[in-house]
Amino acid sequence: MKLLFERSRPGRRECLIPACDVPAASFSPSALRASAPRLPEISEIDLGRHYTELASQTHGVNKGFYPLGSCTMKYNPRINEEMASLPGFTDIHPLQPAESAQGCLEVLFETERLLCEITGMDGMTFQPAAGAHGEYTGLLLIRRYHQSRNDAARTKIIVPDSAHGTNPASATMAGFTVVSVPSNAKGGVDIEALRNAVGPDTAGLMLTNPNTLGLFDENILEITRIVHEAGGLCYYDGANLNAVMGHARPGDMGFDCVHLNLHKTFSTPHGGGGPGSGPVGCKDFLEQFLPAPRVCKKEDGSFGFADPEHTMGRVRSFYGNFLVVVRALTYILTLGREGIPEASAMAVLNANYLMKKLSGSYDMAYDSMCMHEFVMTLEKLKGETGVSAMDVAKSLLDYGIHPPTMYFPLIVHEALMVEPTETESPETLDNAAEALLAILEKAKTDPAYLHGAPHRCPIGRPDEVRAARTPVLRYDFASAENK
Amino acid sequence: MGSYIPSTAEERKAMLEYLGLGSMDDLFAAVPESVRVHSLNLPEGLSEMEVSRKVRALADKNVRFRSVFRGAGAYRHYIPAIVKTVTSREEFVTAYTPYQAEISQGVLQSIFEYQTQICELTGMDVSNASVYDGAVAAAEAVLMCLERRKNGIIVAGSADPQTITTIRTYCESRNVPVTVLPVKNGATDVADLSAALSDTSACLYVQSPNYYGVLEDMDALVAAAHGAGARVVMGANPISLGILKTPGEYGADIATGEGQPLGMPLGFGGPYLGFMACRKELMRRLPGRIVGETADHEGRRCFVLTLQAREQHIRREKASSNICSNEALCAMTASVYLAAMGPQGLARVAENCAAHAHYLAEELSRIPGFSLRHNDREFFHEFLTDCPVDPEELCSKLAEKGILGGLPVEGGILWCCTELCSKNDMDELITAIREVCAQ
Repeated sequence: MKLLFERSRPGRRECLIPACDVPAASFSPSALRASAPRLPEISEIDLGRHYTELASQTHGVNKGFYPLGSCTMKYNPRINEEMASLPGFTDIHPLQPAESAQGCLEVLFETERLLCEITGMDGMTFQPAAGAHGEYTGLLLIRRYHQSRNDAARTKIIVPDSAHGTNPASATMAGFTVVSVPSNAKGGVDIEALRNAVGPDTAGLMLTNPNTLGLFDENILEITRIVHEAGGLCYYDGANLNAVMGHARPGDMGFDCVHLNLHKTFSTPHGGGGPGSGPVGCKDFLEQFLPAPRVCKKEDGSFGFADPEHTMGRVRSFYGNFLVVVRALTYILTLGREGIPEASAMAVLNANYLMKKLSGSYDMAYDSMCMHEFVMTLEKLKGETGVSAMDVAKSLLDYGIHPPTMYFPLIVHEALMVEPTETESPETLDNAAEALLAILEKAKTDPAYLHGAPHRCPIGRPDEVRAARTPVLRYDFASAENK
Repeated sequence: MGSYIPSTAEERKAMLEYLGLGSMDDLFAAVPESVRVHSLNLPEGLSEMEVSRKVRALADKNVRFRSVFRGAGAYRHYIPAIVKTVTSREEFVTAYTPYQAEISQGVLQSIFEYQTQICELTGMDVSNASVYDGAVAAAEAVLMCLERRKNGIIVAGSADPQTITTIRTYCESRNVPVTVLPVKNGATDVADLSAALSDTSACLYVQSPNYYGVLEDMDALVAAAHGAGARVVMGANPISLGILKTPGEYGADIATGEGQPLGMPLGFGGPYLGFMACRKELMRRLPGRIVGETADHEGRRCFVLTLQAREQHIRREKASSNICSNEALCAMTASVYLAAMGPQGLARVAENCAAHAHYLAEELSRIPGFSLRHNDREFFHEFLTDCPVDPEELCSKLAEKGILGGLPVEGGILWCCTELCSKNDMDELITAIREVCAQ
């Protein structure tokens, strides 16, 4: 389909802004750009149709099943969007005097209180804009903690080999070196390896629990104890909190700080890759290092700002993705005390139901019950038929289903990681199981068909090698003019 | 209580039976009893109607000002109706990162269009798909400039203070020393820059228009930095780039900025949009998602996430950044805004902002005690004045009249005008200030 720039015709425009009602300002010629940016000139009707066409080529949760492991693609309630669109929130300047933004401050204060209760933490910042940003912020808390004790030797962060790629990348950004520990036969942290890895250079451990295999680590208390006894702190990656919220709290498992993904667990939309929100919670002894400012409640009941005593500074402007926090608060208020644990229980039930539907036919990476997601390994299938995890994933596209996460975690070969979430009905799960079983049959009879999948999408598999070798990263006006 | 769970009680029972489980509690058998919680101290769940009432009441506690003369990093502009219409579409809102290109061409193409528009605005070769906000864009950009023997960062002290603090945070954790240049008459003195530059300087970060609204002497600063072998990261207001000289034209190596003015509401500070664009030779150092054009096996043009060898999910601890989720829907917002405006519309917004700011500066300077701090400097749509009364007190008096005055800064007031500040609004502001000062 055409690009915006290919729909552009010189002179087309709509009247959006009035002529100026005061004399023009003049700038010295050297301050002005030589020519106007080549932005599209387009009528409103064509602009509307352009995006309608783009929308028709976009799969979202509202279009179909989206069991993308580790991403918690649950339903995004409409009321959340409506609340986040209220002019009483959208039209508030972040530098308005606090007394004129009491509603915003109360949103932040209340959501912090509720999320601290859910995670077992004492304080929280909403500055981080996404999960990885939260990881970075959490690691800076750990860094500041050791600095405050003049413990300069603690330079290493321990990360299990099943961890998300953001964990080691965040550790590097926070100035640490990464030590990888292997998983044991049951998919948990290898305790002996962890014991050998910790020492006077251990700054901390980053752990996702349940982990990326969808398994709750039965040794969790021992793991956090080993790290603490070595003088390190424990960081909880909240990517998989949807499995346990309301049933177990990172704070009770021995974690000192945690980030949440409001765009996963707390139902705020993913927006094609953001904006998300990655608030970071911590135990009271770390609160002094949180980013500035924090919202506080004053004696007269009103809300204001205060800077933590030994703040790390800022990790971005203002107070974070505030309108995302409004959505999350709306969600938590809706579910409440009963709904929060019910949501995670249902997420676990749906995952186990779908796993059992498939487990007679597909190999599971681990044969135990799972939490909110499970990982299949297609290694044997690939050996027998040549059909890869990629082929199966691409074949699902023809069924209108977004594929599971592919080739992750790295420790499972030909992995497909499936996370159905609680907001899907049994019939959606049944349909997905039928599709996956039909694909398996096809793999045995006509593998070539699967190698060529998808067959019913707007495009076939793109040439990714060409994209990376000869990068075309913007529209080429010059070559278009020569055509 | 709402839950958004479709399964009925009967269905749940059947599913548990299928799994051979007796109760929902059995699903958590893997969780040791010692870490189980059985009740949280949360309020009871509510119906949609009750939640709506409760959250609306919170929104109602905020004060919406009739006219806004405050900027300082967040700007109230007119948002064309089509922007919200397009970006509220459920397909865009409920999708995630376009890993599966075959069913994500809509998101991918829109990012490609956004990248092109950002390159056009900034005069750069390559743009990424966005980062969290303008401050983070600046911080990520200075880190892009580090070399083995060049690991010092110089920051113009006239930049947004929140941006400077964010750069400091990002550099401190990498043990990268940051030198902040003094501010002379509202801008950066090239002599101060030259004195700070050394052969270990990786880059200069400078914002223009800067925090005080002043246009920096970019030609001289770029020449000095490049002369010493340091790169230049230029922060810019995207609206200003509708008329003002681009980072590319000044010779900057990387352009960054806060994209919020391009169709995003004030929203008490977020979600906003960090844009980042650079010269071709820095392409593989750029953090974040990048979309590229390619073709499928039938030769049909299509778009994919590309150059992923830079990213965390491939390179883990060696990645150029840890960024995963970015601000995709905000990037689309900016793209729709720029397309709706077109080159003439964007220029008109920029011209109106500048004209309003210059009119207000002129009118204010007629009031005794409100002289412009940086009288001989060119400015865009913000400027700092003295204030003959306590700035906080003046602003709270203005607030009583439904006006959000400029931001009290350094004993004076930092004013901002956008196209939304009409002549009437400004005349009303002037009258109100005269009244307050006469008291």
